[in-house]
Amino acid sequence: MLPLRIAIRFLKSGRGQTALIIFGIAIAVSVQIFVGLLIIGLQLSLIDSTIGNKPQITIRSSGDINTIKDWDTIISKIQEINGLKEISVTATGNALVPDGNITLPILVQGFDFQSADQIYGISDSIYKGERMKSLKQVLIGRDLAEELEADIGGKLPILTPEGGVNIFEIAGFYDLGVGSINKSWVITNLTTSQRLFGYGDRISEIIMTVDQNRLFDADKIALQVERIVGDKDIEVTNWKDQNEELLSGLEGQSISSGVIQGVVLASVVVAISSVLSITVLQKSRQLGILKAMGIADRDASLIFVFQGLIIGLIGAVVGVALGLGLLYAFNTFTASPDGGALIDLYIDYNFIIRSWVIAVASSTVAGLIPARRSLKLNPVEVIREG
Amino acid sequence: MITLELAGVNKIYSGAYEHQVLFDINLSFESKTCSAVVGESGSGKSTLMNIMGILDTPTSGEVIIDGMAVSKMSKKQMAEVRNKTIGFVFQFHYLLPEFTVLENVLIPHLIHDKNKSKQTIDRARNLLDMVGISKLENKMTTQISGGEQQRTAIARALMNNPKIILADEPTGNLDSVTTQNVCGLFSEIKRQFGTTFIVVTHDRTVASHTDRTIEVSDGRVISDRLNKDA
Repeated sequence: MLPLRIAIRFLKSGRGQTALIIFGIAIAVSVQIFVGLLIIGLQLSLIDSTIGNKPQITIRSSGDINTIKDWDTIISKIQEINGLKEISVTATGNALVPDGNITLPILVQGFDFQSADQIYGISDSIYKGERMKSLKQVLIGRDLAEELEADIGGKLPILTPEGGVNIFEIAGFYDLGVGSINKSWVITNLTTSQRLFGYGDRISEIIMTVDQNRLFDADKIALQVERIVGDKDIEVTNWKDQNEELLSGLEGQSISSGVIQGVVLASVVVAISSVLSITVLQKSRQLGILKAMGIADRDASLIFVFQGLIIGLIGAVVGVALGLGLLYAFNTFTASPDGGALIDLYIDYNFIIRSWVIAVASSTVAGLIPARRSLKLNPVEVIREG
Repeated sequence: MITLELAGVNKIYSGAYEHQVLFDINLSFESKTCSAVVGESGSGKSTLMNIMGILDTPTSGEVIIDGMAVSKMSKKQMAEVRNKTIGFVFQFHYLLPEFTVLENVLIPHLIHDKNKSKQTIDRARNLLDMVGISKLENKMTTQISGGEQQRTAIARALMNNPKIILADEPTGNLDSVTTQNVCGLFSEIKRQFGTTFIVVTHDRTVASHTDRTIEVSDGRVISDRLNKDA
């Protein structure tokens, strides 16, 4: 195709100018990739630390009795909802454990272990001992274990608000990564907790997670849950309602990232347009003679569109590589106080592809402005000027 | 058979003030002839050539090329006629410096047909051979002499086997020996391809090599005669 061939030759003939403009695009794209991925990584690690390994939607009773009776009916109704991932139940109650002369407040968390494990990752968090195998066994957190100076296989007396004392065996220690949980949660089987607090077959909460790609739809899914349950004594909460500050922070980050990327993109378009417009002047002799020889206006314009496309393609590839390099360098040379990476790297391929496509498309569009200028070029003027 | 005809052509440039460059030009050019349009600088001969080559349009009057009235052509049709029916040779040759000699010759073909067959390349090579620069085909046009560049431009003008070749001061930048060679080349091309040549020149020696001399002064044809010696 002649316009493409001419575009390539024009670019090759002005090597310095071409290299400069490609370098400009590469820098812009690398900034986009670097800033974009850094902010995505930051947001994901913030989200992960806030809602990772935790339920994202919770159903609890808002009535006089703080337990739910027909929970299995509710689960069978809601489990078909699109976007819900794991569903589990807990029977929770406040209690105390004696520690010498004092008592420590604890929260007994009775789990349906298998499904709750999918949400909290309990099995993976057990660093000593093993999961409970009988109704008389419990798991305690790192902080509580240290405070009680407990041992695996040791006894743990639990005092209920009703005044009962139940002795349990410590099957293992867990560390869920949150100090307050490690200090207060005593994990038991669902039935154990139900018996301890006299719930019968009632439970305290139905806990759920949503699909990873629908994390930000948790409020909509929660609304669906509420509608399907249709009980005024049932309250449905979701992580978004409970973390409004985090969300507005994330939104602020997204907006500032978008603004940076938008400004960078706009400057790229302006730069490419102006450089290619200069090319129209530089190559006016060639364009004039091509027009005299009968090249169609459309093909003459295509030369500049192709130039935009080619420099966009190359510049964006170099830019993506440069951006990723910057990100790895940033990750390598900056470290948090504990020696780990400051921000977890997250390579979002969709974001990279989207940035690349936008850069190439913008560069091509930038070629349209000089293309329009080339339409106005009159071969007679070029020939007359010699 | 008439290949190119101008009927009552006037050209007025309008701007801050109106300026008429051509006055009621009536000319016709038979096929397989070689004509010279001579005149002093500013006589209007280049404007006449631009109008004949449909690079420019007359203010009034009609240009008929190969039986088709230019005024009835769309922009696209005009570009097509410039590509297939007319070959241009300019004083400053206007080769594309980004391309080799052979590629420059191929460009008129590539404008209307993106494929270059072996036949097409052979034709370009034959033309380079005919103008005597076949050894330079892979050289960039900036690496060859002025005479060689003009020969390349002539080969390029012939690439699509046009019916008309319009040459504007084709020897303006060449020495007398090269000028003689180029004139000889035009005669040879006319004989071989039956091309109609219209050469715009201020050089009477070049004009004397043609079949007919048309003299233009102040935008008017003041004489139109056949050359006996041609």
